[in-house]
Amino acid sequence: MSSARRFTGIIAARGFAEGPVAELGGAVARYVPSGDASREATTLRAALAMASAQLSGLMALASADAADMLEFQLAMLEDESLSQPAFDAIVAATDASTAWGNALEVQIAIYDAAKDDYFRARAADLRDIHDRVSRALSGAVDTRPPAGAILTGDDITPSQFLAADWSKGGAIVLRRGSAASHVAMLARARGVPMLIGVADLRAGSTIVGLVDAATAGSIELDPDSAARADFNARRATNDKAMHEAIATLATPAISADGSAIAVSVNIAEPTDVDSVDITHCDGVGLMRTEFLYSSCLPSEETQYRAYARVLDWAGGKPVTIRTVDAGGDKPVAGFTVEEANPFLGLRGIRLALAKPDIFRVQIRALLRAQALGDLRIMFPMVTVIGEFAAAAALFADEAGRLGVPVPPLGIMIEVPATAISPELFAGVAFFSIGSNDLTQYVMAAARDNAAVAALNDPTHPSVLRLIESAVRGAAALDIPISLCGDAGGDPNSIDALLNTGLRSLSVAPAQLALAKRAVAAVTIRP
Amino acid sequence: MSIEPTASPAMVEALVVITHDVGLHARPSVKLTKLAKTFAARVELAINEVGPWVDAKSIVKVMATRAPKGAVLLLRAEGHDAADAVAALVALVGRDFDEGHASHVVRA
Repeated sequence: MSSARRFTGIIAARGFAEGPVAELGGAVARYVPSGDASREATTLRAALAMASAQLSGLMALASADAADMLEFQLAMLEDESLSQPAFDAIVAATDASTAWGNALEVQIAIYDAAKDDYFRARAADLRDIHDRVSRALSGAVDTRPPAGAILTGDDITPSQFLAADWSKGGAIVLRRGSAASHVAMLARARGVPMLIGVADLRAGSTIVGLVDAATAGSIELDPDSAARADFNARRATNDKAMHEAIATLATPAISADGSAIAVSVNIAEPTDVDSVDITHCDGVGLMRTEFLYSSCLPSEETQYRAYARVLDWAGGKPVTIRTVDAGGDKPVAGFTVEEANPFLGLRGIRLALAKPDIFRVQIRALLRAQALGDLRIMFPMVTVIGEFAAAAALFADEAGRLGVPVPPLGIMIEVPATAISPELFAGVAFFSIGSNDLTQYVMAAARDNAAVAALNDPTHPSVLRLIESAVRGAAALDIPISLCGDAGGDPNSIDALLNTGLRSLSVAPAQLALAKRAVAAVTIRP
Repeated sequence: MSIEPTASPAMVEALVVITHDVGLHARPSVKLTKLAKTFAARVELAINEVGPWVDAKSIVKVMATRAPKGAVLLLRAEGHDAADAVAALVALVGRDFDEGHASHVVRA
């Protein structure tokens, strides 16, 4: 095979994989009408039944939040009011596919036109229902790929990620994609190798692929024996390093010059801690809470349960929970606003303060959960001290009503203004550097744009200089500081980060072993 | 806040205020229609006394009422278990669909 069978991209989640190649969202077959009304009705009935069975199957495998969304779709799909107009049209000599499309178009238009953001967002569920039944009608195979497959495509949705069976390996290789996407975070947490920005990838009729998302950032299609041997050698070297790292997971992270480094984990949802032994880390440096808002605004009780689960697991070690960081590339129906330039708009703490009724629900859930462990709270996207003061006042107000203390409140350092002048934040309980956003703002390179991914470099001297500025400022104010961006878990960045003066990192669970091993190899220059 | 179902041989009616954060939306609607379907009675709801009254067993129609937080939900049912149906639905809404600020504490 020619060299055009090897493609490279950017590593979004580390690992190696070998498996069958499956293109996502393959060609949709065309529906061929029978021309007979009773046969069309029977066909539509069968397609509805097949779609229901698929949704039930997905529900059985889904996490609680995803299952809620699927249950709603299933209830809508099984409601005769949804399909009745289609059956009526079939009687009037319309084919099943057109009749179904028209019936759903009417419903989708109603949701699209709604004033209420939350209601309007349900149009996406209606479209999902429409597409699922249309696929069943045209006989197109449902997109659930075989276990262990290497999924290729332009991009991948969270529901496609959740629908895949990752228990037997597999990988994701995207022509576009983003290392900061929700799927990339899920992939890192679950250890699914992922490459993005593989612009030229043409898988065609490929049978097998080899993905190296650890060293070369490559995918090889139907490799010859030499390419395979080379791949196996790289994989073996990496596996050996991984085994050594896992063997020393239980030992504390100490750099070559003898400095003790705290290494915590970042989690995107409570189940992420299932794969981590609490004795192998120093607690949770970042618990994201956006997962709670993925299908709708979460109740206080739903949030409390999620926080309680992680605090319970941590067994008294620190758990830092970040208040909801919606906006930017993380829209939430009924909460975020549409903006021309969302990364520079109403996101993070700005949005939370603009919608205090929604923020207060999270505050109450957090205040109740603090009794279960060592809880710390941090605010995202803080730019000026006034924002911190306003958020702290809301905490004080709710704590007063509940008759509980206010836990330690800290801020993310991810806006350049904050990293440049950390001395303006005296009185904050702790700092945590969000290197993903800090890098995109310093380098003016969006984190979700593969075309400028090369500029999005957290070890660029300008980014490191700001990290150093934050570390110095924290030391002057005697405020603890750590870093929770993806750079903290990247073995190639850890030397540079520790040499800025940082002594605390928080990394994705799948990166914990290699990060601790990388720490041991670093000599911190005096 | 709810008012006791009015007993009448033909029709049972009640009203209840929706306190759920986002109103009668996806998850609450799933729960409400599922519960309504467990009764033989014809059950309808509306957010306005003049209607339109919609089938409380149809999620497509219940969602279409777009009842927001604070809306007064009117319920009516007809059939041998109508009183039970209305009482159960009023209780569900009153409990914030079992996901609001309920006081029970769960440790997972």
